[in-house]
Amino acid sequence: MFLPPVIALHIPDGFLSVPVAAFGWLLLVAALAAALRQTRAQLGERQVPMMGVIAAFVFAAQMINFPVAGGTSGHLVGGALVAILLGPWAAVLVMTSVIAVQALLFQDGGLLALGFNAVNMGVLSALVGYTVFRQLSRLAGEDRGYLLRAGIAAWVSVEVAAAATALQLAVSGTSPLTLALPAMLGIHAAIGLGEALITAGALAFIRQTRPDLLQSHTAAARGSGWVAAGLVIALAVALVSPLASSDPDGLERVAIDQGFEELAQEPGYELLPDYTIPFVEHEALTTILAGVLGVLAVAAVTYGLARFVRRGQSV
Amino acid sequence: MNPVFRERYQQGTTALHRLDARVKLVMALLLALGVSLTPEGVWPVYALQWCLIAAVGAAGGLSAWRLGRAAAVALPFTLAAAALVFTTPGEPVARAGGLVITGAGLARFLSIVLKSWLAVQAALLLAMTTPFDDILAAARSLKVPDTLVAIVGFMYRYLYVLVDEAQSLLRARAARSAALPGKPSGGSLRWRARVAGGMVGSLFLRSFERSERVYAAMLSRGYDGRLRGFAPPPLDWRSAGWAALPVLLMAVTVVLAFVFRSSA
Repeated sequence: MFLPPVIALHIPDGFLSVPVAAFGWLLLVAALAAALRQTRAQLGERQVPMMGVIAAFVFAAQMINFPVAGGTSGHLVGGALVAILLGPWAAVLVMTSVIAVQALLFQDGGLLALGFNAVNMGVLSALVGYTVFRQLSRLAGEDRGYLLRAGIAAWVSVEVAAAATALQLAVSGTSPLTLALPAMLGIHAAIGLGEALITAGALAFIRQTRPDLLQSHTAAARGSGWVAAGLVIALAVALVSPLASSDPDGLERVAIDQGFEELAQEPGYELLPDYTIPFVEHEALTTILAGVLGVLAVAAVTYGLARFVRRGQSV
Repeated sequence: MNPVFRERYQQGTTALHRLDARVKLVMALLLALGVSLTPEGVWPVYALQWCLIAAVGAAGGLSAWRLGRAAAVALPFTLAAAALVFTTPGEPVARAGGLVITGAGLARFLSIVLKSWLAVQAALLLAMTTPFDDILAAARSLKVPDTLVAIVGFMYRYLYVLVDEAQSLLRARAARSAALPGKPSGGSLRWRARVAGGMVGSLFLRSFERSERVYAAMLSRGYDGRLRGFAPPPLDWRSAGWAALPVLLMAVTVVLAFVFRSSA
């Protein structure tokens, strides 16, 4: 049977509770507003024809598959590839258009769930893929291991989208996190491998034929890493916030409250010594999530302060 | 054309086809919202909602069978919720290989499957009776940013062109990949990935260069960054009133569901 790999990420309606779906739409609207402003500054009136045709390209490229092993085949989602080629904000618009057309034209993903579907596969995969790619470039140098960096970025982008989907299903009470998260990450570790191979192969081809297209997009990438971190934080908040959860069962609720308590009482770095094996029990899981949340929040504040200080100096 | 990419739209002149796309878009969204708001385990209410959606479908010349079958596309995803059968605490009703299936878990799982199937049918009421360009125009009237609507419109315009290009690439690869029965064609995994990657890369270059040509052609016709179209016609409030009827009925079923659940 023909099952595109992305089918595990296109959430249909009925799987997300209404508050969760509404939160997804809020996130999407904010991300799109930022992306529209950034790409207008970068591309101007070329914005519409270029991104429209590239969105059609992503849709068509998802058909190209190759046999991996044991009857499975590798496909492309495309977020990281487009982000590396066009810059992260353009990729957000392109991927969101793809997800919207899949939902409206082919019922691949629901109407109410479109908010989070676009956030997971459009916004998160593009921004996270690009951020990983840039950070690796900074670590390894611009010239070394270009294809390897792109492959890793593509793999991580698929895994992040899968983790986000699992979190949203768990918060909606549709699938227990202890099962959904490892299952989604496991399946998409293999799918992400196909993504990584095709992304690297495509970039290898483009590097040989049109190296001029592969310039860095530092100007077009303003604030993308920042927003990627913000989104990850927002997802973590959604997970631990009892407000966003439609029907948390008693155990989960208590664990969440305790997670918050520990976060409030102890400094973030002391959460690590308490580290226990994940997915064994809810309390351990939420402790880790609370820790991740704390670390990300601290990182965000630090980064924001650093930017603020730097701007103050340059003026 | 690949059957996976067959559009759902069915030509017609029924009442549902003639209904303003703006009204239809809002109606489909509200019907899907109603289904999503319905609590779990209220089987009679699901039946009522199905009758309601089927009745609206009938007004668009869509039989309940066809709607229901087309809505089955979302069913593979139900696998994601299947674990609920085992993890929801409740009365055990059956055992499957050391795992206990609970009645409450089964009810929850079936509710999610049914609700998802109904919500897809609500979305199909729009997709099967409205040309895509009309849906986009409706989205523009409902304050979706112009630029985004224009990008999606362009995507739709070139979608089948590029799908055709991808298919000719796939055909070319198939033609050059002879294989013995039972043996994979081609070389190592690395080699296969390289070929698929090259196909995607060349498709990207063709698309990118096409977009540059399209842009140049648009410039030569006086494009200045704004896409002009006809102003949307005034809304026909009488037809909007008719479309409000199924939405109201859906709201009634949701209220009924909560009454039913609290009494049960």
